[in-house]
Amino acid sequence: MTRDPRAPRSLPPGLSRLLLASPLLLAACEGRQSVLVDGGADARILNDLFVVMLIGAVVLWFGMNGLFYWATRRSPAPHSQKLANWLVILGGIAFPTVTLGALLVYGLTIMPDLRATGDGPVIRVTGEQWWWRVEYERDDGSTVTTANEIRLPAGVRSTFLLDSKKVIHSFWVPSLGGKMDMFPGRVNEMTLGPERPGIYRGQCAEFCGESHAWMAFEAEVMEPDAFAAWLDAEAADAAAPQGEAARRGAALFLAQGCGACHAVRGTPAVGRVGPISPMSLAPFARRRAAGHLYGGFRQVGRQPRRVEARRRDARL
Amino acid sequence: MTDHHIPAGDLMPEGIYPPTEEMLNEPVPEEVQERQKENLRKVWKTPEGWRYWTAVNNSEVGVWYTMTAFTFMLIAGVMALLMRLQLWVPENDLISADMFNQLFTMHGSAMMFLFAVPMFEAISILILPAFLGARDMPFPRLSAYGYWAFLIGGIFVIGSILFSAAPKAGWFMYPPLATIELGIGSDIWLLGLSFIEVASIAAAVELIVGALKCRPPGMRVNVMPLYAWYVLVVGGMILFAFPPLIAGDFLFELERSFDWPFFDHTRGGDPMLWQHLFWIFGHPEVYIIFLPSIAIAAMIVPTVARRPILGYSWIVLSAVGTGFLSFGLWVHHMFTTGLPNISLGFFSAASEAVVIPTGIQLFAFVATLIAGRVKMTLPMLWIAGALAIFTAGGLTGVMVAVAPFDWQVHDTYFIVAHLHYTLFGGMVFPVIAGVYYFFPFFRKKMLSEKLGRWAFWLIFTGFNITFLPMHLTGLLGMPRRVYTYPQGLGIDWLNQISTVGSFIVAAGFAVFAWDIVRPKKDQPQIERNPWGGGTLEWSHEVPETKWGVRSIPHITSRYPLWDQPKLVERMDAGRYYLPDAEEGLRETIVTSVIDARPIQVQRVTGPAYVTIWAAVFTGGAFILPTFHIYGPAIVSAAFAVVCILYWLWTSTARPPEKDMKDVGLGLSLRPMRRARRRWAGGRSGSPCWAIPRPLQASSSACSSTGPRTPPSRRRGPSMRAVISWRWPRRPSRRHGR
Repeated sequence: MTRDPRAPRSLPPGLSRLLLASPLLLAACEGRQSVLVDGGADARILNDLFVVMLIGAVVLWFGMNGLFYWATRRSPAPHSQKLANWLVILGGIAFPTVTLGALLVYGLTIMPDLRATGDGPVIRVTGEQWWWRVEYERDDGSTVTTANEIRLPAGVRSTFLLDSKKVIHSFWVPSLGGKMDMFPGRVNEMTLGPERPGIYRGQCAEFCGESHAWMAFEAEVMEPDAFAAWLDAEAADAAAPQGEAARRGAALFLAQGCGACHAVRGTPAVGRVGPISPMSLAPFARRRAAGHLYGGFRQVGRQPRRVEARRRDARL
Repeated sequence: MTDHHIPAGDLMPEGIYPPTEEMLNEPVPEEVQERQKENLRKVWKTPEGWRYWTAVNNSEVGVWYTMTAFTFMLIAGVMALLMRLQLWVPENDLISADMFNQLFTMHGSAMMFLFAVPMFEAISILILPAFLGARDMPFPRLSAYGYWAFLIGGIFVIGSILFSAAPKAGWFMYPPLATIELGIGSDIWLLGLSFIEVASIAAAVELIVGALKCRPPGMRVNVMPLYAWYVLVVGGMILFAFPPLIAGDFLFELERSFDWPFFDHTRGGDPMLWQHLFWIFGHPEVYIIFLPSIAIAAMIVPTVARRPILGYSWIVLSAVGTGFLSFGLWVHHMFTTGLPNISLGFFSAASEAVVIPTGIQLFAFVATLIAGRVKMTLPMLWIAGALAIFTAGGLTGVMVAVAPFDWQVHDTYFIVAHLHYTLFGGMVFPVIAGVYYFFPFFRKKMLSEKLGRWAFWLIFTGFNITFLPMHLTGLLGMPRRVYTYPQGLGIDWLNQISTVGSFIVAAGFAVFAWDIVRPKKDQPQIERNPWGGGTLEWSHEVPETKWGVRSIPHITSRYPLWDQPKLVERMDAGRYYLPDAEEGLRETIVTSVIDARPIQVQRVTGPAYVTIWAAVFTGGAFILPTFHIYGPAIVSAAFAVVCILYWLWTSTARPPEKDMKDVGLGLSLRPMRRARRRWAGGRSGSPCWAIPRPLQASSSACSSTGPRTPPSRRRGPSMRAVISWRWPRRPSRRHGR
């Protein structure tokens, strides 16, 4: 086990928690990848839908099982057959037809909102095994490429052009809205309208091979101005490493031939196979989803353990 | 017997039908009864020693089949426990990602293909003939062949995990992942499971024929037990649902082995094609699993309510409706693939619509309980658990059928929870209820009430502890099929609860399994009809007799044991049809599809090695290509064909020794001869059955052209005819007439 079992957990297990943990309560809790946290309009609309359906489901569950309990335990003596027949007609046919019809109308009429055309940036996300290539189209026609990190302006609907290199992946940021699969050779379009600035976590939701579990990214929702500034800065070359450890890391990165796969803008590292680190090597350290390294290197025949060890040494 | 005039039509049944009350009241002399029983005993004797495994009787094959499927289920359950251990803490490295992927792929595949579907066929083979007062399935050797194919294929597929060579691209095998996946895992999945599916289709054909043609006289189609209706519906569904998958498997294997790019987008293929092919099978599959289990409930509920089921016609129509609708829902597994809104709307609506027939069936059961005088029994406790769990799964199903909500929870643990709720409630619990209910039927001993309650509460609570939190795990963002998860998503404690729950479920299954296998030598045999059921399976005698029913009754009610007072007594006395086996052949009655009027006597086949060999060689034909050994595979396929031909020739082409046979109660039926058309050779225009008289030893014509062999020992005349120079001379005999 990689984890020290004595280390404190973010959420201690316990029965009291289980009893308290209604989804509604938890909606208020922190959860970087939670459906129940609404970072935008899409997630909120779906949350409302869920709450409506949940209440209906709980009521119906108790109704059906209560009826069964009554018929078998409370009152096992025979009742009129007419009553029983009406039960089949009302409970089995009339009631579900009406309720399901209503639910369907509700559920399907929200679809156009969730698939509204975007008015914000257009971002092309390509699923690779096992990382995310993210390309922003700038107004001047140039593109900015990053990896495993998506930044979005709040208050506008961003458009995502979803593609994949080799196998099917699925693009999903639960707190911002629903998911969409990424097929090789086909571009799926979806839009998301984030509202609340913050850092949310997204993860691949379609099984894509060995390191599927680590194929995650961070979606940072920023104020529109901050987003514009960030995108401009991102287009420039990487900043020189600051500090002793970072400099050592940068030297190691270039010396070990990492640049064959990974690109760092403004350095000799121009590879296209692995994730890109455009600003400096610092994002490597910040990304907790570094596990993609593990899988990625296994794919190209590297020794993941050695790489990890080196990564630790260099404090990248 | 001499040649007599045969009308231009068929050899129609002769005599009196239906039987009159006077005829039924007439006693059968004791010594006649004894002689008849002796004959029946001899004919239906199960082979002993090594030859035991050549048995083809449904009571033997059915038990092997159920036990094998149950064993595969336990193995797949252990895989689930290993996965739960791996997910106990975040970033655990107990199991490697590669092994975890094999585990979840095999867990799903085994539960679906080696447990759920075969279990339906196993249980049906075991008890359907009894529901219908038949002595056996119509094609016993086909059941045996299906079983051996299932065993070989199952061991091949599930055994691969011991060599770490198991499929690891998910039970849905999506290309391109499954096409680029190296190793033979995907080939094992495609070929091994295709092999099992072929056997499943064979069994489905047999079950359909069984339900339609092997009912007792008088059991009209609207009188037959609901289980038979469900078998009919599910058999039909298998016939339509499995071929797309087999076709898909075939395309897939062509791509993997010979690089034909059906699913490769770079060369004009499309990975979506597979998803459609897979789910047009995959969704009906869910109902193929669910409907037979509801059918078990439909047999238990009237017994518990001590009254006939309410809304029989509603239930039948709903079952047919569910089966029909289930073919129009497959896209709800593909809501996130980027299909247009209009398609999503259509399939959303269809997915909601299927709730209605399902609801009707459940409400009909509850209504029956309301209208009846309920006596809770252990099987009913399991049905109650099934209802509690299944309604929860059904309600989350209504949620995920709404496309936009599915965009959020698709491929998350919410779906894992949903599908386990539907499958435990819609399959596992009813099947266990069925085991408790029917165990005294096929073993003549009761299972333990105490252990049964322990097993119930362990599995029921364990199940909810495992899967209820998973809804939340999924909503908090945990995707399916991840071998581990990072800390800090707020799902650690939920996963720990689920892991604890899974071991409680396992403990429950251990208790249940022990109850089944524990020695019961000291336990007394049951009394006949221990639950007080109304359907024919409870007319079977105690102690067990291999012949099934002593005589095949005339049925006038849906619950003959309740409504036909002297039925069992008369059956035992051999008052009804086919009380004897004087020709030394295994016989059962074939009736018409709608009205169940007796048509003919079918001679069913007895023990044989050839079915085992046929299964082994068919297995070779599917399994060897996995290792790219094509030559021997073709040879194996050829041997399989030879075995099957031999088996058909030696069993189905047996010439009857007489035109009409007295089956009792003043009725004469013609003994059935299948595969007769060949013999129609010269007699153009005449019914095919009229022909084989020339082959009868007693016929004068035969004595001049063929060897004098006693008819019952003359096996394989067709084969002899094909290779014989005498065959072309047949037309000359026509001129001679």
